[in-house]
Amino acid sequence: MDHFLKILSAVPVTLLVTFAAFALGAVIALPLAGGRRSRFAIVRLVTKGVIDILRGVPPVVFVFILFFGVGSDLIRWEPLPAAIVGLGLISAGHLAEIYRGGLMAVHQGQFEASAALGLTSTTTFSRVIGPQAFRVAIPGMVTWLISLLKDSSIVSTIGVAEIMFVTSQGARSSGEGLLPFVIAGAVYIALGTPLAALSRWLEKKLSFGRRA
Amino acid sequence: MELLTDWVEWLPRLLSGLWVSVQVTVLALVIGIPIGFVLAFMSSAKNAIVRWLTIIVVEVGRGMPALVMLQMVYFGLPEAGVVLDSFAATVIALGLTTSAYTSEIIRAGLRAVPEGELEAADALGLKRADIVRFILIPQGFRIALPTLMGFAILILQVSSLAFTLGLPELLSQAYSIGASTFEYLEVLTLAGILYLVITVPGGWLVENFEKRLSKHLA
Repeated sequence: MDHFLKILSAVPVTLLVTFAAFALGAVIALPLAGGRRSRFAIVRLVTKGVIDILRGVPPVVFVFILFFGVGSDLIRWEPLPAAIVGLGLISAGHLAEIYRGGLMAVHQGQFEASAALGLTSTTTFSRVIGPQAFRVAIPGMVTWLISLLKDSSIVSTIGVAEIMFVTSQGARSSGEGLLPFVIAGAVYIALGTPLAALSRWLEKKLSFGRRA
Repeated sequence: MELLTDWVEWLPRLLSGLWVSVQVTVLALVIGIPIGFVLAFMSSAKNAIVRWLTIIVVEVGRGMPALVMLQMVYFGLPEAGVVLDSFAATVIALGLTTSAYTSEIIRAGLRAVPEGELEAADALGLKRADIVRFILIPQGFRIALPTLMGFAILILQVSSLAFTLGLPELLSQAYSIGASTFEYLEVLTLAGILYLVITVPGGWLVENFEKRLSKHLA
């Protein structure tokens, strides 16, 4: 019971890290997705390189580079902002690819029709292409949110007092090895399940009425 | 210049760490994928109890963060009388995570085998077991292969979490060099590059492979 309450009290920190990193990533992913479709080959190449790096370095290594590496040499920061920025940048890499998938699913004719109507590129993206691409991207975004929720456990390694941090502390101080981890696992599953249900529901809802 | 000489000095230790990372990754896949196959079949069993129990096991395995799984096996199991060293604990924990994830990947692959193939095999009078062995498994596996390869790359990344168990893999080596030289940024960046040397070309390989497999659809 003691373990349970302690772990439960750390849930807000886990949710804060998860949602803040997701929000940060969702914004930074926009220019990255744009860069992947640039007219200039060099921009496309550089963006692809950035995305590959963000997705290819293990999250914990990336967070370590930011916290211990950048943190000791350039700017000193607290574990929490380092965690959010680290997971946020990783999210940006993944979400950019998810956005790109959404953009690719929009029929070429939609771009041509917008051009034929003389719409500005801002209007084309905000009113025509964006909403359609977003619809395709949403289930993938929720899936990423679920894996980010689980990945947020790694920021315990730099001292952010989220679920995993409290759990291993509890295990160490009580000498009970198994129970705290079982509880933590159950809490993560309890947090992830509604998101998974949401993803399935959205997928059904958003594909409704589409012929393809 | 100094950075380069440092890197050259650190490289042997980091490479030995990378070798440990690759070893635990490969072993986890070798253990996890066959179990994933079994779970994939059990989660579409006719018997509802078997089916639901399997689905629960798979969902628990997928819903639990790999870090929780690792620490539970290493710090938790001794309480139940099972004491493992960090290498064995990592292989088992990552193997369990692998089996849960790959069972869903394999199940999707098996489901994607065209119905007509199975009907044709049936019409030719093939026995049920032969249809599974010669038609369903080879084709389903082929469809699942790119996703499985992508997952293998992911597990290499996840293996970096084993540093929390004190396993001397790549991240542990980099961190301990950082702790003794205070050159965290340099050594951790080099570690990141070593991961990229595997994950980025691996990603390209998967992409290429996917394109080749779907050529007939273009």
